[in-house]
Amino acid sequence: MERDKNFVLGVFDDEDVLLDAITKVRGNGVKIHEVYSPFPVHGIDDVLGYKRSKLPIAAFLFGLLGTTLALTMQFYMMKFDWPMIIGGKDHAAFPDFIPVTFELTVLLAAFGMCGVFFVSSNLKPWAQPRIFDLRITDDKHVVAIDLATNAGLGEEKIGDILKSSGASEVNKKSFE
Amino acid sequence: MAHVSNYNLDQKFDFTASLKKSIMIVLGLGVLLFVAGVIVSMVGGGHHDEAAEAGGHAFHWYQRVFANLWINNVYFTGIAVIGVFFFAIQYAAQAGWSAGLLRVMISLGNWLPIAGVLMLVVFFVANHDLFHWTHSYLFDKNDPHYDKIIDGKGGFFYWPMEKGSFPIFYIIRMVAFFGIWVFFFNKLKNLSFAEDNLNGSHDWSNIRKWSAIFLILFAVSSSISAWDWVMSIDTHWFSTMFGWYVFASWFVAGLSVITLITLYLKGKGYLEMVNENHIHDLGKFVFAFSIFWTYIWFSQFLLIYYANIPEESVYFVERLQSDVYSPFIFVNLALNFVLPFLVLMTRDAKRHGIFLKVVCSLIILGHWFDFFLMVQPGTLGHNGGFGLMEIGMLLIYGSAFAFVVFKSLAGKNLVAKNHPMLEESYHHHI
Repeated sequence: MERDKNFVLGVFDDEDVLLDAITKVRGNGVKIHEVYSPFPVHGIDDVLGYKRSKLPIAAFLFGLLGTTLALTMQFYMMKFDWPMIIGGKDHAAFPDFIPVTFELTVLLAAFGMCGVFFVSSNLKPWAQPRIFDLRITDDKHVVAIDLATNAGLGEEKIGDILKSSGASEVNKKSFE
Repeated sequence: MAHVSNYNLDQKFDFTASLKKSIMIVLGLGVLLFVAGVIVSMVGGGHHDEAAEAGGHAFHWYQRVFANLWINNVYFTGIAVIGVFFFAIQYAAQAGWSAGLLRVMISLGNWLPIAGVLMLVVFFVANHDLFHWTHSYLFDKNDPHYDKIIDGKGGFFYWPMEKGSFPIFYIIRMVAFFGIWVFFFNKLKNLSFAEDNLNGSHDWSNIRKWSAIFLILFAVSSSISAWDWVMSIDTHWFSTMFGWYVFASWFVAGLSVITLITLYLKGKGYLEMVNENHIHDLGKFVFAFSIFWTYIWFSQFLLIYYANIPEESVYFVERLQSDVYSPFIFVNLALNFVLPFLVLMTRDAKRHGIFLKVVCSLIILGHWFDFFLMVQPGTLGHNGGFGLMEIGMLLIYGSAFAFVVFKSLAGKNLVAKNHPMLEESYHHHI
C-alpha cells in the first residue's frame, strides 16, 4: 500500500479524552500520522512522544551570526574603513557598538528562526494543505492514522482501537 | 486524572535541629572571619598617612565596618521586600501558576522589621562616616568647605528644618517606607493565612486589592529609597536610572532566593505539588530579569560613557580606574549577566535543580558585589576592598536572614491550600 494516501480518522469531542486515547492507541502499537485540533492542547506533544524542537538551536546560531556580523561591520567601518573620532573615544570603542550588536543579534535570530520554521514546516505560499476533516477548525479533534505505516493491523482493528479509546466517530479518508 | 487534593496540603515545615546547626555554623564562621577582618584592618590601618596628607579625614577601621553594615542592610532589605513584591504581583496579575509558591515568597518579608531597625541604628551610628551630606559645614556659606551643589540638594534631606541640622525628611522617609512595607507584609500574610480556614474567592479578591495598593506605593518607595540609601552616598552625582537599577538588582537577588528556598524545600520532600514546570518558570524569571538588570546597568553606563560629562562620568572613573574596584566591575557583569545568560538559556537547565542551585547562589553573591560597588567607592575610596570583613559580614547577614525566614516557615502550612487557583497551578504545564 502506498504511503500518505489512505487514512483512518478518529474523531474526538474532548481534549482530555483525546490525550488518554493517544496514549492508549500508541500503547497498542499504532503509529499516529498526525493529530489535528482546533486549539493548542497542553501536553499533547508529550503523549505523542515528540522530541524537542531543534528551532532554538537555529535561533542561537543565527543570533551568533548577527553578533559576529555586527561587530565585524562596526570594527571594520570605525577602525579601518573610515576612522572618526567621536566624543574623544578610541576608534574602536567597544561599548558604543553594543546597541547595534544587540539589534542585529535579535533581528537575525528572529528572521533566521522564522525562515527555518517556514522551511521545516513546508509553509510556502503555493503549498496545498490537505484537509482531513473540516470540523478540526471548529470543535473536533482528529487523530489521523496512515494505513500504509500500520499495515500489520488493518483498517478494522485500528477502528476498534480508536472506538474503545473514546472516539466519537471513526472515518476513512483517502487523498489522490 | 491527578488532582492537587491527592497531595498532603497541610504539610508543615520542620525547622530541624540539624538545619539550625548548619545555619549557626555559617554564622559562627561569619563572625570569625569578620573579627579577623577587623583585626587585620586595625593593624594594617589602611592608608592612614596618604589620607591625612590629602587633607581629608584620617581613615578608621570602623568606617569599613559601617560600609559593610550598610551594603548588607540595603541588600537584604531589598531581598525581603522583593518577597512581598513578588507575592503582590502574583495577585495583581491573577497568576495561577504560582499558587503553590506563595508562602515561600511572603516568608522573605519577615526580615523587614529587623532590617528597618538595623537601617535606622546604622544610619545614626555611622552618620558622617557613610554620608558626606550629613556634615553641617557643607551648608554654611561662611565655611571654606561650603558646597553649593550639596546646598542645593539639602532640602531633600533636611526639609522643613534648617539645612545641616537634623535630616528629618530623610528619617521620615526611611521610617515611612519601612512602615508601609511592614504593614503591607503583615496584611498580606495574615489574609493569606486566614484563607486556609475559609473557602471561596472572597479572601483572594481582598488580597488582590491590598496587593494593588502595595504595588503603587512600592513603585514610588523603592525608587526613592534607592536615591536615599545608595545614591546619596555619592552626593554630587546623580542618575535618573538609579531607582530602576537598584530595584532590578534587588529583584534578581530576591527571585534567586525564592528559587533556592523552593528547591531546598522540594529537596527535603516538602511542596510535593510543585513540579519542574513551576521550577522552570522561576528559572525563566531569574534568566529574564538578569538580562533586565544588565540592560539597566548598561543603559546607565553607556549614556554616561558616551556623553562623557565630567560630573556624570566621575562615578565610573572612581570605579573603573580604581586599583581596588575595577576588577569587581567585571566580576559583577560576569556573575550577573554572562553566567545566567549562558547557563540558563536552555530549557533543561531551568528544569533541573542543580543548574538553578549553582546559578542562583552565584547570582546572590553577584548582586552583593553590585551593592558593594555602589557603596564602598563613595564611602571608603581606596581604603575599601573585598576582604575577610566583607565575606564575614555577608555570611552573618545571610545566615541571620536564613534563620528568620526558615523560622517563619516552620509550623505553618507551606501551601495556601484554599487558594482558588491551586488546582490550576498543579496542572501548570510548559
